[in-house]
Amino acid sequence: MSKKLLLDKINVPGIKTFEVYRREGGYQSVEKALKMQTGDIVEEVKKSGLRGRGGAGFPTGLKWSFLAKPEGVARYLVCNADESEPGTFKDRYLMEFIPHLLIEGMITSSFALGSNVSYIYIRGEYDWVADILQAALDEAKQNGFLGKNILGSGFDCEVYLYRGAGAYICGEETALLESLEGKRGLPRIKPPFPAVKGVWGCPTVVNNVETICAVVPIINEGGDAYAKIGVGKSTGTKLISACGNINKPGVYEIDMTISVEEFIYSDEYCGGIANGKRLKACIPGGSSVPILPANLLLKTAKGEPRLMNYESLADGGFITGSSMGSGGFIVLDEDQCVVRHTYTISRFYHHESCGQCSPCREGTGWLEKIFKKIETGKGEMKDIDLLWDVQRRIEGNTICPFGDAAAWPVAAAIRHFRDEFEWHVLNPEECLVRNFGLAHYADALEAVTS
Amino acid sequence: MSVQFSPEKLDKINELISHYPEGKHKSALIGVLHIAEEEFGWLSVNTMDYVASLLKLQPIEVYEVASFYSMFNLKPVGKYVFEVCQTGPCMLKGSDQIIDYIKQKLNIGVGETTEDGMFTLKTVECLGACGYAPMMQMGKFYKEHLTPERVDQIIEECRNNSARNN
Amino acid sequence: MPEEQEQLFTITIDGVTIEVPKGTTILNAARQIGPSVAPPAMCYYSKLEGSGGKCRTCLVEVAAGSTKDPRPMPKLVASCRTEVMDGMIVKNVTSEKAIDARHGIVEYLLINHPLDCPICDQAGECYLQDLSYNNGEVGTRYEFKRRTFVREDIGPYIQLHMTRCILCYRCLMVADQLTDSRTQGILLRGDASEISTYISKAIDNDFSGNMIDVCPVGALTDRTYRFKNRVWFLKPVDAHRDCDKCCGKVTLWNRGEEVFRVTSRKDPWGEVQIIDGKAAWICNTCRFEKKKTDDWIIDGPTKIDRHSVISTNHYVEKVIPPDPLKEVLFGREPLLLMDIQETSEVNSQDIDLSILPGPATSTTFIERDEQKEIEEADAERLAINDHKKP
Ligand SMILES: Cc1cc2nc3c(=O)[nH]c(=O)nc-3n(C[C@H](O)[C@H](O)[C@H](O)COP(=O)(O)O)c2cc1C
Ligand code: SF4
Ligand code: SF4
Ligand code: FES
Ligand code: FES
Repeated sequence: MSKKLLLDKINVPGIKTFEVYRREGGYQSVEKALKMQTGDIVEEVKKSGLRGRGGAGFPTGLKWSFLAKPEGVARYLVCNADESEPGTFKDRYLMEFIPHLLIEGMITSSFALGSNVSYIYIRGEYDWVADILQAALDEAKQNGFLGKNILGSGFDCEVYLYRGAGAYICGEETALLESLEGKRGLPRIKPPFPAVKGVWGCPTVVNNVETICAVVPIINEGGDAYAKIGVGKSTGTKLISACGNINKPGVYEIDMTISVEEFIYSDEYCGGIANGKRLKACIPGGSSVPILPANLLLKTAKGEPRLMNYESLADGGFITGSSMGSGGFIVLDEDQCVVRHTYTISRFYHHESCGQCSPCREGTGWLEKIFKKIETGKGEMKDIDLLWDVQRRIEGNTICPFGDAAAWPVAAAIRHFRDEFEWHVLNPEECLVRNFGLAHYADALEAVTS
Repeated sequence: MSVQFSPEKLDKINELISHYPEGKHKSALIGVLHIAEEEFGWLSVNTMDYVASLLKLQPIEVYEVASFYSMFNLKPVGKYVFEVCQTGPCMLKGSDQIIDYIKQKLNIGVGETTEDGMFTLKTVECLGACGYAPMMQMGKFYKEHLTPERVDQIIEECRNNSARNN
Repeated sequence: MPEEQEQLFTITIDGVTIEVPKGTTILNAARQIGPSVAPPAMCYYSKLEGSGGKCRTCLVEVAAGSTKDPRPMPKLVASCRTEVMDGMIVKNVTSEKAIDARHGIVEYLLINHPLDCPICDQAGECYLQDLSYNNGEVGTRYEFKRRTFVREDIGPYIQLHMTRCILCYRCLMVADQLTDSRTQGILLRGDASEISTYISKAIDNDFSGNMIDVCPVGALTDRTYRFKNRVWFLKPVDAHRDCDKCCGKVTLWNRGEEVFRVTSRKDPWGEVQIIDGKAAWICNTCRFEKKKTDDWIIDGPTKIDRHSVISTNHYVEKVIPPDPLKEVLFGREPLLLMDIQETSEVNSQDIDLSILPGPATSTTFIERDEQKEIEEADAERLAINDHKKP
């Protein structure tokens, strides 16, 4: 069993309530932090090696130290709880089942950053989760952890909930800030970065829910202790939300030393592929990251076992590797069609593009249409090359990384599964009723698991 | 027809506005639109103009925002809205079959409302419940691990509920 | 406060080095060097705050970030929104990557464009046309239904053809920055986004007409000029009048005595000129209601870029291009119903409209030495044909 830092108390009955949470040792990090110098708190977070859990994996301590501190200007901490990346549902799990952990992290982090008013931007669809959080916020306030002069420290702290209203792009931090200002969620052109000019033109830090929750154990146990867990630059524990064709979909906290194979097949985690099927492919970090066929998923191109951490998942770059992304682990069994799956993902990006810049606005729609054509048996060989070309010219040419996120899954699907695309073209009628033979991708699997 | 929030809702709106710095009341817009949807079911031009006047915004600013976010309905919808997720992870677990089943059961297409105004079927993109797929959103809550039987049951419950409330 | 000395940065674009003040964008530095290295800009408009960054046509490659940090930038950058660093080296037309990306952008911009130039009032002065000619590829790979919208009159003066819009956001900025309230906005999102008033409200504001001028395509056009003429048949002259709302300095687009339309005066980048230190936006009265020559005091001919289609056939040194028709018809003479070069009064050769002091009138054309012209033209045509003979 790997060590749990965030979910260790999740099964304690009544942990949603302030009383039980506090009894279980909750809110200690706030008490501890309020006695520290803010600079030292940032230092602890730096030492912990914590990397942003929202997808980009940027070192959190470093991000905090970039926050501009002009005289007389308010600073803001905004928690990114917009969680909309297909395959990702870990933040919801935290907020729904242990809401006080996030609030504790928010208070501690707000103090470290000098933010007197902080916001949690939660996706609008998580309506009931917002109610749970609101109830927890009210409790925290009644108990003196929020409001003016909290715990007599002289520090004023308010945390407000902000509900989005259905837009994946508002997960992008500058779009989120626009949305927080009550506008359309259009990503801003950077620079200036939020650390200098964020919400209402004030310096702002945006962090993922899990990142902020991780601040709690870091302050409680020290940055060094946190850094000891995991390997290399993948310190601490990571939540993985596993879904797709596995026996036990759900949210798992792992320390980043276990192998992908163990994660998929062990009973502690996914419990193997559902219905006795074989593994075909997997998207290890949310819909934006490249899909990998079974052989490359379990072993890197060098033949080493692939581990569930930032470096190992990215080993081989985007040619033979993928990325940790947001921790949304999507597993496809042998009966699944990669073309169809990628089509739904393209449709998702088409639906969610903000439409501000031309390559993404026009390109995502085009990708979806070509996919639909191939998927419905009307494709031609040239369409596969066209897909490649269209995604290639979106990638890197857009305002925000959404364009890349829309392009990468398409590129990876063609890179690793081109024969499946071609099979669709060559078998226009069959592809409507049957899937492409899979032995090819699962072959390597036998060797690994036997 | 003029629209008007109840005093409780107006209090809630003032509370929302107080969350933001002086002069930044536009931040309350999305929250107020949520409240308006709750109160009126959907956002008519009248409603949006009313919201604009409450927050001292140009009406176009409200239209722009309301039309950007997928949760806001700019057209009337049925009493119960089934928003079935159709993105990859749900598709892997058979969301297509669920959508087909609902279509056939309610005899409506995607985006349509039943004649009695009870049900609207919509397809949506990932709602963050991929591990509990296939799933749909109905009002405030998620209905997860859908099967045809479960869909039958949900439809039944809705009908009963609405019969009771009438 | 002592005046801060302006810091100068050195930047090299496509091999040309120039010094510019700190804070200048790559695009503006390139414009200072000249049109040969200036990247095309479909959304950036120097007189509109916050514009740019959206269309991505101005992407360039940064081969070296600065003297201090000479690493290349990993991605292409939008030159309109990227500030120059000292010692920066930029590749625009010399960058294969930038050119390739630009081909892509043109393709994206065109997949949902109606390509209705033959009936579009903007044709001839459209930046999308120019962009496509310069950077586009022949043919399209798009084979799906194009997005369409219904044409909409927004008020008595302006017509919106949303199908042609490239969503550059300029018109919104005009409304935000020049008028006291905005009635049009962007609705929906992604490729469904549209400029609209949502409820067909008229845009009614003294400066709303400037939206027509900033619109790079034919999405916003002048209703008072609709289908009246083609820009290359008109002769632009600068004129002014005393106006209590705006600077009153405009360009009249004439044919003979008749004023067909009035626009603001444009600089070589297609933006409104800076006159007396201010952007010379014009009011709707000047633009839509003063359509008589008597309303105006003529300042002189408008300088038009020699390469612009508006100058077609307005050259003095006449070069008649070889007629490719015969070649593709294997030597057969094409049946010409009408030779525009010979029939049109306005479109005729050899009269440089730009040097006429006032508006061109039909007499301008009658007075020329017709016979001489025709002889000359014939001789030249013969010479060309001779040249082609085996
Ligand atoms: C298109 C797009 C969507 C994103 N969605 C989310 C999201 O839903 N949740 C999240 O925490 N970060 C999301 N991010 C990443 C954020 O921009 C940002 O990097 C993150 O919130 C920073 O927090 P962290 O450093 O704690 O990871 C998204 C980024 C992009 C480009
Ligand atoms: S890349 Fe897409 S989502 Fe990002 S700004 Fe451009 S259009 Fe919007
Ligand atoms: S209407 Fe014209 S100015 Fe306005 S966004 Fe479209 S292209 Fe730009
Ligand atoms: S894919 Fe359906 S909820 Fe995520
Ligand atoms: S001009 Fe630079 S992005 Fe449009």
